[in-house]
Amino acid sequence: MQMDDRSKLLRRYVIDAMRGGGRGHLGSSMSMIEILRVLYDSVLKFDPTNPKSLDRDRFVLSKGHGCLALYAILADKGFFPISELESFCRPTSRLGGHPERGKVPGVEASTGALGHGLPIAVGLALAMRLQKRNSRVFVLTGDGEINEGSNWEAGMAAAKHKLSNLTVMMDYNKLQSYGKTSEVLDLEPLVDKWKSFGFVTHEVDGHDVSALEAIFKKLPFSDSAPSAIICHTIKGKGFPFAEGNPEWHHKSGMTESDIQQMYDCL
Amino acid sequence: MRKTALDCVYKLGKIDERVVFVGSDLGPGVLDKMKTEFPQRFFMEGVSEQYIVGMAAGLAMEGFIPYVNTIATFLTRRCYEQVAVDLCIHDLPVRLIANGGGGVYAPLGPTHLAIEDIAIMRALPNMAVVAPCDADEMNRLMMSTLEWPHPIYIRLGKGGDKIVSEDKNGFELGKAIIMRSGTDGMFVTTGVMTQLALETADLLKKDGVNVGIVHMHTIKPFDSSGVISAIENVKAVVSVEEHIVNGGLGSALLETCSELRPDLLSKIARVGIPDKFATEYGSQNSLLKHWGITSDTLVGAMMKKLGG
Repeated sequence: MQMDDRSKLLRRYVIDAMRGGGRGHLGSSMSMIEILRVLYDSVLKFDPTNPKSLDRDRFVLSKGHGCLALYAILADKGFFPISELESFCRPTSRLGGHPERGKVPGVEASTGALGHGLPIAVGLALAMRLQKRNSRVFVLTGDGEINEGSNWEAGMAAAKHKLSNLTVMMDYNKLQSYGKTSEVLDLEPLVDKWKSFGFVTHEVDGHDVSALEAIFKKLPFSDSAPSAIICHTIKGKGFPFAEGNPEWHHKSGMTESDIQQMYDCL
Repeated sequence: MRKTALDCVYKLGKIDERVVFVGSDLGPGVLDKMKTEFPQRFFMEGVSEQYIVGMAAGLAMEGFIPYVNTIATFLTRRCYEQVAVDLCIHDLPVRLIANGGGGVYAPLGPTHLAIEDIAIMRALPNMAVVAPCDADEMNRLMMSTLEWPHPIYIRLGKGGDKIVSEDKNGFELGKAIIMRSGTDGMFVTTGVMTQLALETADLLKKDGVNVGIVHMHTIKPFDSSGVISAIENVKAVVSVEEHIVNGGLGSALLETCSELRPDLLSKIARVGIPDKFATEYGSQNSLLKHWGITSDTLVGAMMKKLGG
C-alpha cells in the first residue's frame, strides 16, 4: 500500500529523532505509524494544551520501544515542539528510548518493560467507570510483547469486568527481536485466543488508513465486553531495507549515511 | 494483625471514596462488609499478581488509593518488576499489605516464607517499608496511610500477637519509637521481633543488665537520627529481625552508621535469618529457633558485645 504525504511526514519526524539520538527502534515504530495516526487524527479525545484534562481518552503505548512513533504524533499534535524530536535520547531530553509519564506531555504510562500496558489500562478503564466518566482507554501492544503472561492475566480481568470502554490493539508485524514470531513463540491462532479471552475481536490492515478509520468507528464492538483489534502490519514499513528484517528492530551507532538512506525512502 | 489491617481498609473506605481494595484469591469472607456496603470498590481478582499490581497502578493514576492484599512472597517475588515499574517509577500511592512476613507460614515451606521481602522492597526508590509490632500499631499505621503520596509495603506478622505498643507513642511513618530506654545496650528491632526483644530485655534486667529497645516500624525511610541518638550512648547494640541478615534492618543500621557515625559500627551485632532457605517446617516459633532467633541468642549476642 502506497503511503500518502501524512504518513511520510510522520515517518520523517521519526527519522529526525533517530538522527538526533543516533539510534532507535525503527522497525517497531514504523509498523505502528498509521495506527497512531488514525487514533490521534480521528478517534482519541485530547487537548494538547491540557494533556491531563479529565475527560480525555487514555492511550497507553504498551510496546514502549515504539515510542518514536508516539513522539512523532504527539509533536505533530502540539504536545511539545517538533524541534524537540532531535533531542531524542540525549542526556537531559524528555524523550528517552522508552516513554515516561510525567516527563513527556501526553504519555500516560512509563513503559518499556513489556506486558505492563494492559494491566494498567484495565485499572484506568475501571477508574473511568467508577468515576462515571465517558473517557475510553486504548492500549497498543506489540506481538512479541504478548508472550508475557501478564497480558493474559489482564485480558481475563478485562472480560470479567465487561470493560466495553477498553480497546486493546496489537501491532502484529510478525517479527520480534530474534526473528519471526511464528518461530520464536507462535501466537496463532491469535484471533481465537483473544476471542476465547472474552474480547470481541476484529482484524485490520494496520497500514490502511481508511480501514483503520472504519474499524475504530465501530467501537465499542460490544456494550458488555472489551474490544480487540489485531492490526496486521509490516515491521519497518516504508523502508525496503528494513521491512521484515529483524536487523532493523533496533539500531544504534547510526551514521549520516544510514540516516540519509532512510530519508531517501520517503 | 491481618484482621486489623483489613478492618482498617474497610474503615478507610467508609471515610474516603478514593480507597479501593484489591485482593488476589484470598480466603472466603475477606472484607465481606466492604464487598456488601461498597462493592464497586472491592476487587477480588484471582491468582494474577502481575496484573493486580498494574491494575492498582492504573487506578492510582486516576486518583484512587488501592490497598492490595495477598501473601507476602507473591506480592514481592512474583511481581517485582510490576512493583518497581508500575508503582515505584510512577511513584503512586498504592499500599501493599503483605501477609506472613518472615516465618509465619512455616508449615508451608520456603515458597511461602517471605525472608528477603524487606531487602528487595527497600531497594526500590520511592517505596516505604513498614513492619508494625502488633495489631494496635497496625491500626495506627493503617489509619495514617491516606495522605502518604508514595507506595507503601506493609509487612504483617502472625495473628494474635501480644500488644506491646502504646498509644502515647503514636505512629509517624519514618519515625523510630523508643519502646524502652537502656543504659548498657539497645536492641534495634522491627515487626514482631520488638516483642521478642522486650522479653529478652526483661530477662537481662534480672541479671542486672539494662537494655532498651528502639522499634523501627519503618525500615524505609530509615530514621537515621532517631536510631543514632538511641544507640550512641550505650556500649552494645543488637539488631533483631525476622528477615534474612542481608539487606534488611541490620543492613540499614550498618549503612546508616557507616555513613554518619562509623565510630558506632564496632558495637553493633546483627541477629536475623541466615543466608539460606528454610529446610524445616513446624511452627513459626520452631523455625525461629532453627534460625537462631531466640531470647537465648539475643542474650548471647548482647552479652558478647558487652564483653560479658
